[in-house]
Amino acid sequence: MSHASPNEIAAALRREGYLPDDRIAQVVFLAERLDKPVLVEGPAGVGKTELAKALAAAHDRRLIRLQCYEGLDEAKALYEWNYRKQLLRIQADEQADWSELAEDIFSEEFLLSRPLLEAIGSADPVVLLIDEIDRVEMETEALLLEVLSDFQVSIPELGTIEASSRPMVLLTSNNTRELSEALKRRCLFLHINYPTIERETEILLSRVPEIPEALADSMAKIVASIRSEPIRKPPSVSESLDWARTLLTLGIDRLDENTVTDTLHVLLKYQADIDKVAASLAES
Amino acid sequence: MLGILTGFVDELREAGIPVSMVEAIDAARGIEHIDLASRSSLKAVLGSTLVKNARHHLAFEVAFEAFFALSGPQAGSEEDDARSDAARSLLSGLSGTGGAGGGDQDDASDLVAALLTALRERDDSLLLAVVRAAVDRLAGIEPGRPVGGAYYLYRVIRRLELEQVGADLSEVVEGEASSSLERRLAEEEVERRLAQVREMLRSEIRRRLVADRGPRAVARTLRRPLIEDIDLAAATRDELVEVERVVHPLSRRLATRLAQRRRSGTRGRLDIRRTMRASLSTGGVPVDPRFRRPRPGKPEIVLLCDISGSVATFARFTMQIVYAIGAQFSRVRSFAFIDGLDEVTSFFGPGADFAAAMRRIGAEAEVVWLDGHSDYGNAFATFRDRFLEDAVSTKTTVIVTGDGRSNYHDPNAEALRDIARSARALFWLNPEAQRYWDTGDSIMGLYAPWCDEVSEVRSLRQLERFVERVAIPATRPMRPIA
Repeated sequence: MSHASPNEIAAALRREGYLPDDRIAQVVFLAERLDKPVLVEGPAGVGKTELAKALAAAHDRRLIRLQCYEGLDEAKALYEWNYRKQLLRIQADEQADWSELAEDIFSEEFLLSRPLLEAIGSADPVVLLIDEIDRVEMETEALLLEVLSDFQVSIPELGTIEASSRPMVLLTSNNTRELSEALKRRCLFLHINYPTIERETEILLSRVPEIPEALADSMAKIVASIRSEPIRKPPSVSESLDWARTLLTLGIDRLDENTVTDTLHVLLKYQADIDKVAASLAES
Repeated sequence: MLGILTGFVDELREAGIPVSMVEAIDAARGIEHIDLASRSSLKAVLGSTLVKNARHHLAFEVAFEAFFALSGPQAGSEEDDARSDAARSLLSGLSGTGGAGGGDQDDASDLVAALLTALRERDDSLLLAVVRAAVDRLAGIEPGRPVGGAYYLYRVIRRLELEQVGADLSEVVEGEASSSLERRLAEEEVERRLAQVREMLRSEIRRRLVADRGPRAVARTLRRPLIEDIDLAAATRDELVEVERVVHPLSRRLATRLAQRRRSGTRGRLDIRRTMRASLSTGGVPVDPRFRRPRPGKPEIVLLCDISGSVATFARFTMQIVYAIGAQFSRVRSFAFIDGLDEVTSFFGPGADFAAAMRRIGAEAEVVWLDGHSDYGNAFATFRDRFLEDAVSTKTTVIVTGDGRSNYHDPNAEALRDIARSARALFWLNPEAQRYWDTGDSIMGLYAPWCDEVSEVRSLRQLERFVERVAIPATRPMRPIA
């Protein structure tokens, strides 16, 4: 099921509790139409992974997630032969003819499918999330190319497995390294930045509905103001949500310098940053 | 549309953004699915298919503005007409007095007042009307003149007294604020509104220029180098702010890349013991061979940075990048000099603020000896006599940054020779263009013979490439031990 316009997508995502901005909806719409993967990039904690989850829920599809890490290889991402089971099979039947046996042990029964193969092989369409793609080595990226452009996986012993239904693919990157040109070429690019003040207010209100609107508005303004300071790790959306919950628990409904300074440690994770922001708040 | 698209792709390529054939085709296919009247859809399609790097986005934005400046606003202005009756009636009085074009001499105070009202009431349609009228009457755009629009923008902003408007507005909103925090937020709000006005003026002017001279010509005059290619020595203050913003992510990225390469690299020798152990679970068949990780040695780094005015920024960026990838080196020590030299390693702990540290160095370290003009000869001699034995060994790579302009002091090349002889390698990074070396008081040529390499490093891209080369042992030149 595909949506007719970006607005419909935006509405569907909103129903799942994800508030997309115009650009996000546009790019997702385009990806659906062109059947292309989306490479989502942006600072940590702006809701890249959330987008995939909301998308899966909006389409009523299963989410298959491949968490990338250094050292991820074919056996963990695509498929692996079940060596132990194969050995057992051979040992259990020592008199068997080898050619028969060889055909037998390289069949689907002995194949362990990993996320990518699972997404391709699934009978119902799925959403495939390849999370933090920038963590794998340059060489490992090449594993993904066949899946991303042709939606198929080649297994030497079995042949090519083609997707019975096209999965919707999202890749996320924290931009810790430059991704290869080949990978970027196959994807649509979506950069998600920190939200505008209006959108952040809206996000705060939808995720933490108990807080008063005026508070959400001034929180969004303060967070934006902190982000403009030259600090090491600007507060992300998830941290401003944490902040909202903290203020709610503490029963604070109006912000001034002291309450902000006292709760800064929720927003900022480096002591140097906390000191710097506290100093600039005291100055003003 | 296809013609415009190929022109646009050409423009992006000329601005330095790599766009492949496949991506251009994707863009063309994408356009079929959208409503062409909507500028934001068009921008999303082109942006997501053609530009795959967030750092290139600014360049994309500029090119997009130039190419599609005319497509959007007409559609927009019809809605405005319907909505902004109040704005229109307010302005009709104004435009009557000035008349189109001939308003260069007349008084702009009516526009200034309308602008203030629009900002205070947050009336966007009035704001748009004011911006258009202001560009009409105050910019004095001359058809056919090949300028980029910055000049016109400056002119309008000055005549609109934008700063005064900002001050008036601040006064109004600050009067309403009750705490100092609210005052600060209100001030920032005003700042944002003013930035919005500037942006609206800029795009309005750009639209007129495009109508006059065509998108390609305007895009060409607007084109600016990508951030990583900005000449650090000649950068404007705004550009330095941009550079500043990417230095940190860039060095982090470099660090990750180096760490990964160090770990992956070659696979190393077979580890018999661990392979045997792993084979137990497969009945003694070594299905899963294990390897020993190679551990290449880490170089030691000594930085000698000229921090006199002309090259201070460059020294800071170099230090910032070298320290950010500190895990790649077994030790980093840094020394700063102008005409005296002092060790400054202690100023840069983890998480140090480099801008602040540089200011402290200027105040606290003994980098000035006599007159505060660069004296490379004395700096090298001081280093040789006081620190050489302690800081430099055959494992050390020495990196000197500076323009080699020694203000006609004694070059003292022997001191540099002695440093180079005790070190494993000595590199010199010069932020000045190579064609200016050995002109005036530059004595680069006298020092060059003792350096393993003298590189012209003027942009972040070159700096990144250099640091990466130093950090990877395989590509580092070995010098015969003298």
